[in-house]
Amino acid sequence: MVRVVKPEENYKLPLTKPVVGVAGKTGLWRTMRPVVDNEKCTRCYQCEIYCPVNVIRVEPELGVTIDYEYCKGCGICEDVCPRSAIVMVPEPGE
Amino acid sequence: MPRVIALTGNHAVAYAVKLAKPDVIAAYPITPQSPIVEKLSEMIESGELKSSMIRVESEHSALAACFGAAVAGARVFTATSSQGLLYMHEVVHWASRARIPMVMALVSRTINTPWNIWPDHSDFVDQRDAGWIMAYAMDNQEAFDLTLQAFKISEDPSVYLPVMIGIEGFILSHTAMPVEILDEKQVEEWLGERKQPYIVDGSEPLGLGGLTPPEDTEDMFYGIQVAMEKSKDTIRRVDREYGKLFGREYGGLVSCYNCSDAKYFAVAMGSWSGDLIEATSKLRDEGYSLGVVRVRFYRPFPHEDLWGTLRGAKGVFVFDRAISFGAWGPIYTDLVAGLLQYTSKLPPVVNVVAGIAGVHVGAEDFYEVLKSLIGQVESGLEHGYFKWVRVRR
Repeated sequence: MVRVVKPEENYKLPLTKPVVGVAGKTGLWRTMRPVVDNEKCTRCYQCEIYCPVNVIRVEPELGVTIDYEYCKGCGICEDVCPRSAIVMVPEPGE
Repeated sequence: MPRVIALTGNHAVAYAVKLAKPDVIAAYPITPQSPIVEKLSEMIESGELKSSMIRVESEHSALAACFGAAVAGARVFTATSSQGLLYMHEVVHWASRARIPMVMALVSRTINTPWNIWPDHSDFVDQRDAGWIMAYAMDNQEAFDLTLQAFKISEDPSVYLPVMIGIEGFILSHTAMPVEILDEKQVEEWLGERKQPYIVDGSEPLGLGGLTPPEDTEDMFYGIQVAMEKSKDTIRRVDREYGKLFGREYGGLVSCYNCSDAKYFAVAMGSWSGDLIEATSKLRDEGYSLGVVRVRFYRPFPHEDLWGTLRGAKGVFVFDRAISFGAWGPIYTDLVAGLLQYTSKLPPVVNVVAGIAGVHVGAEDFYEVLKSLIGQVESGLEHGYFKWVRVRR
């Protein structure tokens, strides 16, 4: 049998729990932005499935929405889209 | 009921592990450690011990398997020697820095190359900075007792660090002496259920050891240092408890022999301390005022205990069975730094490095070396405190 008992001293343990934005606004890293044309989108869900940071949602009515706060602009969604409904465009410079 | 049987050092460790009832054992065979896990395998095979034995392809995997199981809440055990321990080294750090209790037996064997199976302490002291509590036994009974105590210390909420128990290969591992095996029920009651600071078993999403900024990482490591300091009291308490229950108390982090009235002190760790004690008894009969301090725990380093005993000494002789090439013996370095926490005026503290690569150093050698060193100190030895004594017959 095992029991979890907190350590006597109160120093940090190397544990993390998944929360939104734990590493900050990672969307700030982006140099290219995915832009969606929902007229072309067939709701195939490939972009949602392949997005490595889980910021894409596909809804039957709305089509594709992307959370740009955390999208790093990797371009995988553009690559997997069979209808070229997603296109990467440069972010405006400062 | 407790019973006394003749056991090798390896089997003494195995019998202690059996009483601690680990859930998981993973190890890879290596001379001179193999008989520990062979014995445990036999116990599992015959149904005496209900543990899972994970057979792995390397020592790195052995400790990784133990680590994973321990993180998920299992009491675990592994054992290794020399090159095997070096191969494990990455995971050795994982366990301590993740604050996961576990126990490892190290059966010391000289580090290659050249290929050498005889014991010195080079493999043990090589793990010095890994954050493990490190203890070394003098005989097979102590190997048994320390192994059991290791589980108790490791799982104490004031500690939560892995514990490594060292014995010398062949000198202890393959020679037998009468060892008292404790009563199963009594041990179970004393050891209690496993405690650990957290469990990662999939019941909630948790990440272990993810990318952590420097400040947070430093805080975690500071916590290990604090736990190391706190563990000293835990080690002493466990030793006393064990003494009361089972009749053997060793003095905590160090054991002293003839120290109360001594002017000179010899310091050593491991099985050759027995030969050293024999030599000092003879020297005492000849009128030399000599005591022996045996280092039982190397990490945390027992500087308080050493200062308590060695303060006022006319001379201290530190015997190291390992060498930090280009510097000195590892115990010597720590002992000098430790004493300097209390005083800026040290008596002559001499380092004797010997028994390297398993060279036999017997009571007669300690006798000659100590007699000569005391003579040198009495006639005003002021420098040349480091001596590598290469015994040849």
